Amino acid sequence: MANGNTQGEVVLAADGTPLKESLNKAMRKNRIRALLLVAPLFIFILFSFLIPIFDMTFRSVDNWQVGTLMPNTSLALKDWDGKAIPEEAVFEALIADLKAGAITREIGKVGTRLNYEKSGMRSMITSSARKSKKVKEGPYKPIVFKMHKKWKDLETWTVIKRNTSAYTIGYYLNAVDLKFDKSGEIVRQPENRQIYGKLFLRTFAISMAITIICIILAYPISYLLATMPLRYSNLLMIFVLLPFWTSLLVRTTAWIAMLQSQGVLNDLFVFFGFIDDANRLQLIYNLTGTIIAMTHILLPFMVLPLYSVMKTIPPTYMRAALSLGANPFVAFVRVYMPQTLSGIGAGSILVFILSIGYYITPALVGGTGGTLISNQIAYHMQSSLNWGLAGALGALLLGSVLALYTLYNKIVGIDNMKLG
Amino acid sequence: MAIPPYAGPLETTWYFTFRFLCACIFLFLITPILVIIPLSFNIEPYFTFTSGMLEFDPDAYSLRWYEDFINNTQWTHSVKNSFIIAIASTILATVLGTLAALGLSKPHMPYRSLVMGLLISPMIVPLIISAAGMYFFYSNIGLDQTFLGIILAHTALGTPFVVITVTATLVGFDHSLSRASANLGANPTTTFFKVIMPLILPGVISGALFAFITSFDEVVVVLFLAGFDQRTIPRQMWSGIREQISPTILAVATILVMISIALLATLELLRRRGEKMRGISPG
Repeated sequence: MANGNTQGEVVLAADGTPLKESLNKAMRKNRIRALLLVAPLFIFILFSFLIPIFDMTFRSVDNWQVGTLMPNTSLALKDWDGKAIPEEAVFEALIADLKAGAITREIGKVGTRLNYEKSGMRSMITSSARKSKKVKEGPYKPIVFKMHKKWKDLETWTVIKRNTSAYTIGYYLNAVDLKFDKSGEIVRQPENRQIYGKLFLRTFAISMAITIICIILAYPISYLLATMPLRYSNLLMIFVLLPFWTSLLVRTTAWIAMLQSQGVLNDLFVFFGFIDDANRLQLIYNLTGTIIAMTHILLPFMVLPLYSVMKTIPPTYMRAALSLGANPFVAFVRVYMPQTLSGIGAGSILVFILSIGYYITPALVGGTGGTLISNQIAYHMQSSLNWGLAGALGALLLGSVLALYTLYNKIVGIDNMKLG
Repeated sequence: MAIPPYAGPLETTWYFTFRFLCACIFLFLITPILVIIPLSFNIEPYFTFTSGMLEFDPDAYSLRWYEDFINNTQWTHSVKNSFIIAIASTILATVLGTLAALGLSKPHMPYRSLVMGLLISPMIVPLIISAAGMYFFYSNIGLDQTFLGIILAHTALGTPFVVITVTATLVGFDHSLSRASANLGANPTTTFFKVIMPLILPGVISGALFAFITSFDEVVVVLFLAGFDQRTIPRQMWSGIREQISPTILAVATILVMISIALLATLELLRRRGEKMRGISPG
């Protein structure tokens, strides 16, 4: 801004204020106006969406149960060195907590929480709480030992002591198949309990497979659509857009009708004699069903970005390559394909992001072999009610999606996202 | 891409093979959707074609499942709920999203990309995570199992689409038009309704359509937040598929396909109108 600000000579606006000041004022006004327009939605999204998400991920580290419901024991265990069974004072505190917890009926929550860390803790806590009502006076140590034999284990106390802190990494350890061992060291879960690592790997593998199938299927039809005259390609585009706009549940239902053992496809195969009636193919309620249905659902998300990139490639480049002596295959691979890479990248990330978080289709057609990580999150939300673990699995999934999204934003830019 | 006259036998073969491959892929895309339409008229409670249907025997077809759909109060109730929720959340999402898009397109907007990212986030976060988060939070404040709760949740999920489509329309917007309007004495409200709104209307409508379909088709959040009284069509289909699978679902699915065809046609008309306004016509 060259405003001739030399030797105290200040350029003035029409109303006599210095131009710079007046300009700043106008800019500030504009900025405030822009902010005011965005503010309603921002506040709305903050309260209806961002805070709930934050609240859920917070549950994955939240560890209020022991500290809040067993305050005396937590305090008494503060200076315990963890080398031997604690002193009498701790047992006195424990009895006080168990009694209070039995009256409020809240002690079960402590039991449930500790049971996630070590099985058997729930029954130990609840039965001890029940028995604690009759306890009159000390010494408490032998009384507690009689309540449940596990109180004699050093590990019981290690687990309780560890969970007196308000935050835990226990759920995250669980979500990546790790756990605390007897002495409190972090070790791997035994082989038969390593489920989440495998599930994450499977989710990534399935999403990768779906992405690759989508690239293979989308590439030829996008090429056809992009090179055809617009009149025909607009018509053919309906084949891509109609599935895109059709309800997810409709498409899933349609695939059930197509793929089930008494369904259309199996009937066709039997009719043409590919298979006999007794050996109908099991195409659904397994991994195959999940992959077929999800590929169908996500294919438009690959076609649309690929098409819009291919549309911008001038056909002259290919002609130039051909006239310079390249055979059609070489020309295609070395001249055409590199120009479509950004479209492949954008489509792949989009399809991958959508498929690793998919819930509905795997839940309906996946059976037991085709479920993904989100189905496990739903299971812990609705059935096992281990919300901390659901939060930890959700946070890990969210983290990977956000990382991929950042990548997408780098490649494509959110402003260039096209819909429909 | 017509076949050139100088093409040799190899090229001709490749040309037809390629066309055939593409035809197969298009079939893969469209067949499942088209197959359910005749199946929904099946008189038998099967999910496949009976021999009568293949012989075009009129007795093999019936409107039985459509009657079942209309006479079943659970289904009709879910249709009403779906429309209430979708319309309310579309209106909210369109108003909030359009305002925000107008703000985001102003050149003076501070922290633009950060704010944009946060506003778009409901579209990126996997639905199961959104649903889980909303379930905890909305239960705490007593909004679970209420229409208000679901409407708010669906509004949040629909706004990113409105923001994106309207922002995209505003990219090509000539700001001197609104300055001209102000210069001619119009106040900001008049300018908005008389000058800006008609120009960005196609973007607003297509954003609203996206918001509508997002809500109308959404089931994960409804699974977590809705009680029995708030069941929507997709929720009803979900339990239909999981519990008692009957061709009534196919009848509903057919009706929904018709709705999506109508939506698609509306969008296409909007696109043509937009092209005409910019002076581009399809070749």
